[in-house]
Amino acid sequence: MRNLETDVLVVGAGGAGMYAAVEAARLGSRVILADRGLIGRSGATVMAQMTVAAAMGEPADDSVEAHLADTLQAGRELCEPDLSRLLCEEGLECVREMDTWGVGWARAEGQLTPVMAPGHDRPRCVYVDFLNTGPAVSRTLRTQVIRSPLVQRVGDLCITDLVVHEGRCAGAVGVHLTTGEAVTIVAGAVVLACGGLTRLYARNSASSNMGGDAYALALRAGAPLIDMEFVQFFPIGHLAPRMIGMDPIMWDPFRYKLGGRLLNGLKEEFTHRYGTEDGGRYTITRDQATYAIYKEVEAGRGSPHGGAWLSFEHLPPEQLRAAFGPVVDRLAKNGIDLAKTPIEVAPIAHYHMGGVAVDTRMATVVPGLFVGGEAVGGANGANRLSGNAITEAFAFGRRAGASAAQAVSVLAADAVADPVASASRIERVRAQAQRLIEATLTPGTLPTEANTAAAIDELQTIMSRKVGPFRTEAGLREGLDGVRALATRFHAAPSFAPGAFDPVWLDWFDLRNMTLVAETVTVAALERTESRGAHQREDHPGLDPNWTLHLESRLAGPTDAIALVQSQANPQIALARVPVNAGVAA
Amino acid sequence: MKSVAQLKVWRGAPPEEGHYEQYEVPFESGNSVLDGLRYIRSHFDRTLALRFACINANACKECMVMVDGKTVYGCTTRLEAREMRIEPLRNKDWIRDVVSEIGPPDERLPEA
Repeated sequence: MRNLETDVLVVGAGGAGMYAAVEAARLGSRVILADRGLIGRSGATVMAQMTVAAAMGEPADDSVEAHLADTLQAGRELCEPDLSRLLCEEGLECVREMDTWGVGWARAEGQLTPVMAPGHDRPRCVYVDFLNTGPAVSRTLRTQVIRSPLVQRVGDLCITDLVVHEGRCAGAVGVHLTTGEAVTIVAGAVVLACGGLTRLYARNSASSNMGGDAYALALRAGAPLIDMEFVQFFPIGHLAPRMIGMDPIMWDPFRYKLGGRLLNGLKEEFTHRYGTEDGGRYTITRDQATYAIYKEVEAGRGSPHGGAWLSFEHLPPEQLRAAFGPVVDRLAKNGIDLAKTPIEVAPIAHYHMGGVAVDTRMATVVPGLFVGGEAVGGANGANRLSGNAITEAFAFGRRAGASAAQAVSVLAADAVADPVASASRIERVRAQAQRLIEATLTPGTLPTEANTAAAIDELQTIMSRKVGPFRTEAGLREGLDGVRALATRFHAAPSFAPGAFDPVWLDWFDLRNMTLVAETVTVAALERTESRGAHQREDHPGLDPNWTLHLESRLAGPTDAIALVQSQANPQIALARVPVNAGVAA
Repeated sequence: MKSVAQLKVWRGAPPEEGHYEQYEVPFESGNSVLDGLRYIRSHFDRTLALRFACINANACKECMVMVDGKTVYGCTTRLEAREMRIEPLRNKDWIRDVVSEIGPPDERLPEA
């Protein structure tokens, strides 16, 4: 067993986690930045070839108020306005700070060249050429992390549970993947920045690390989640021909720069049939485009692989080359020549609007537990505006890091006032953490023929078919039964102690979190009998003003961590209705 | 079009000696070596240790392995209808099966 101690533990080293670590260290905290993969290469940020929304006001006028108005409009009245404002305001400061750190936002003749993206009232989205936004952002933040001597970077560390001691989040436990060893971390404060839940779906645009770890960790620590039913499907995810080495959502920047025509299987334009003129300008919002493509496929007018065509055939090859340079060659290696042939696209799970309930300090109801990035619920309501994800990673990561550092400074003052009590508290937290991880890693009775990898595939199929963008009560009930049956089948732990880079144990931890989070999404989707933004109930069409509220999910029954590990029953979710703009973590 | 790749995969964990296991993996044109290794886990043997995060985008750089003696990314190398030998990296410490220690030395778990 390895026992670590720090001021602030940051779980997840994507955009939000790295920003949180840099900020907490800047304010004087010692930080452990932990990730189950490689530092700065895990999660969603590094995969984002897309754009970053911020009211930079260059070259043309813009304002935080205008960005906020578009964010709220996209959110279909479910945004927590204070969080949305923070996204737009602090996000802008961070985008400027990233500029001073040399991220390299695209410029022409010294001026930024923001592009127009769907749902914005003006060009507001900066980027790094060519399709390099995420990697450039990750590299820049990683450099800042490395320059912070107070930050210790620890990769290949899978956090399995938080430690709540005397009502306060006081650290975490996990497994060192490289060796299979148990790890405890005593911390003054914890920041969860390990992303959303898109891995619950078979076709998704994020990494295999995004199976809802942040949500499951928060739930088991006693922090409620909100808006879990709102999963954003990106309408034009790559479908065919099979393309490797590229981000499946790469067609969005192509459309920002070049337009491109969205066509059905008969090569007709079709989005106007669903009340939205697109006309190659690409102003249709994500939920509308997803709906239009699904309906065309349902009507038998899909492309051969069951999506829509995206065509750039009307553009001269020189224009494609000028806009995307070397990317054109990478496409050629995949056998794709956009000047000659269209490609097929279809909706793909992309982002999750819901998440952990926090206040504007990114504080949860559990003292000492903070959240950053996509894991935060509420800022984007029922539908996220294009370009707001990395902005939110920056803003909420930085704010969470600052708040965690502040919480630690209060503890530090207590420690100075009474060092004996403080040392004794740390010993008690460590002992509790050791008991928890020992209980967690005790071999169980999972049959050896139970294939944990196939079970994850099965869960993804259930969620895609039954809890996708278009939902019915019957389908959701089948989905819930399927998820619960899977959770029951894989409830017992593997029958052997974890070894070095143990894929069965890692699957099992993933299944434990993914089935819990899948249940949360499904029960909330069943409860919300209306259609709004990314949540579309075919049996309850149309927005119902009575549903302008959040569904809050909590764990029902025992929340004691060791009891949960040893329990023979699946944890159950209790839902509550919470008004919008009432301070969700109050 | 469906084809079959014969994947000869290095298995084992130090201190034991490794050995090769052979798997017949069906694939469609365009599938990657990483797709093939994931197929083995879901269909034949869940205990095959792999590492990857982004699956498809060549962003995480975790899926580096040797294919027929050459260091490649599993996600950008395509399956072919022939025998393909898959091993861990030769210049890194071997952890288990095709997983080697690729984390930078100053980003690993400290001793205590």
